[in-house]
Amino acid sequence: MNKANVIQELRALASEGMPDEPEVAAVVEQASPEGEEGAAPKKAAPPAPRKNGVLEVDYAGKGVHVDAQVKADQVVRAAQILDEAGMTLEAITGVDWINDKELEVVYDYSYTGGECFRVVVRARIPRDQANIPTISEVFPGANWHERETFDFFGIHFEGHPQLEYLLLPEDCDFHPLLKDFKGC
Amino acid sequence: MSSQALSQNKERFELNLGPQHPATHGVLRVKLLMDGEYVVDAEPVLGYIHRMHELMGENRTWAQYLPNMGRLDYLSALSYNLGYVELVEKMAGIEVPERAEYIRVITTEMNRISSHLLWFGAFVLDLGGFTPLLYAFDDREQILDLLEAVTGSRLTYCYFRFGGCYNDVEDDFLSGCLAFIKRLRARMPMYHNLVTKNVILRQRLEGVGPISAEMCRKYGATGPVLRGSGINYDVRKNEPYSVYPELDFDVPVYHEGDSMARYMVRMDEMDQCMRIIEQAIAKIPEGPVRAEKVPKMIKPEPGDYYHAVEAARGTFGIRAVSDGKNQAYRMKLRSPTFSNLSLYQEASKGMLLADALALMGSLDLVIPEIDR
Repeated sequence: MNKANVIQELRALASEGMPDEPEVAAVVEQASPEGEEGAAPKKAAPPAPRKNGVLEVDYAGKGVHVDAQVKADQVVRAAQILDEAGMTLEAITGVDWINDKELEVVYDYSYTGGECFRVVVRARIPRDQANIPTISEVFPGANWHERETFDFFGIHFEGHPQLEYLLLPEDCDFHPLLKDFKGC
Repeated sequence: MSSQALSQNKERFELNLGPQHPATHGVLRVKLLMDGEYVVDAEPVLGYIHRMHELMGENRTWAQYLPNMGRLDYLSALSYNLGYVELVEKMAGIEVPERAEYIRVITTEMNRISSHLLWFGAFVLDLGGFTPLLYAFDDREQILDLLEAVTGSRLTYCYFRFGGCYNDVEDDFLSGCLAFIKRLRARMPMYHNLVTKNVILRQRLEGVGPISAEMCRKYGATGPVLRGSGINYDVRKNEPYSVYPELDFDVPVYHEGDSMARYMVRMDEMDQCMRIIEQAIAKIPEGPVRAEKVPKMIKPEPGDYYHAVEAARGTFGIRAVSDGKNQAYRMKLRSPTFSNLSLYQEASKGMLLADALALMGSLDLVIPEIDR
């Protein structure tokens, strides 16, 4: 597997439709874009969402080699790039960034064919319109991971063959990992 | 699904396996669509023992979450302990004394043997052989006694701490481990004579339930399932952690991809575990078992972190997101058998029901870890 190629392809994908982004490799500490952030600033606020881009991160400190932020409609193509490179899907999960009014979908990929290589792909979607395409056509293993993410976050994976509760009871009407979940 | 299938072929019927069924080793339910004795479709239904461990990770401090690790895969709890403490050590930059690293490896590998022994007994029991279970439990009991002496518990261990281990091991434990290895080495040929070479077992397993390397990749299967499909991948080798790079051991790989290959991988792995433990006991240095400067309140830098270890059933990964507080903002547990079981629906198509159960046994499922 050619790691440099994978990084280059992901970078090309992530920079699509972002003509104004000069250099994607830098860590972008971006202020909140529209100033519509409702929550009061806190002392230890989580890092602001960065712009689309691919970072090569410190593996020893973070546990992954490449961190790629793409747009929601690009996750399938990101999966195809990594599938063609022979990588495997380790997990899909979500993170609720309630202060940004966004949900993040996180895809963990690893390489089992030789030298260790871990890629994380992330995409952010608005909290009130939590839709993202399914990658279960590329990786059938994504089927359950996406169902689990639907359970916990209520994220709708468009085109998923069977988006039903997997771990939670079939009649439940809550998503426990949303930060505004108050218990039941 | 079922009504349509029924209208096409009146011979087909639905069969409900579990959630209370001995072959599922816990509360797993499988919705089967059968054509006579053949499986048309097998859909696992999960969640009967779901406890929302990931939410618990968000409302406990980093240290308070430690005991949860013993309750995921209760059969190889120390691997999960190890994965979690190493993640937090990575996040907080805590150094671990070398003696503690060796103790971690020795106890984790002992735990791996006990997990494989239990699987061995239960798997052969699935196939209708009752006796090997009794032998396997006899051996496993020795490990539980040894680990109980150092960890204080027999099953849901919570032994490792950030920066080391709860307490030091005594020489009795180390010599006990060596005595156990001597005993198990002498018994392995018996297991192979009694079980591995048994013609009934071989006919039940050889060529049954083939899983290709490509299917493993597409479903994210890891551990002995992947290594039984010819892929030489073991986190201890490919992504070394703790002191594994200093220890010499092989990764058993079988290329057949059938249930027998997965059986052989685990049997050979026990031999390798014994090698690791022997070397670790020979090399273990004197010294402290707890790092001196471990902050009482751990507040990692904001950001997200990933760490993976090789548990008895495959890659156990944790993705933790920190917002700089002493609790995780998000704690994702990636459990190996969740992915390993997800290929069952595809892999079991067209098999005889009895063979499909052999396939399920060869995946080595632990339901609390799948459901979390």
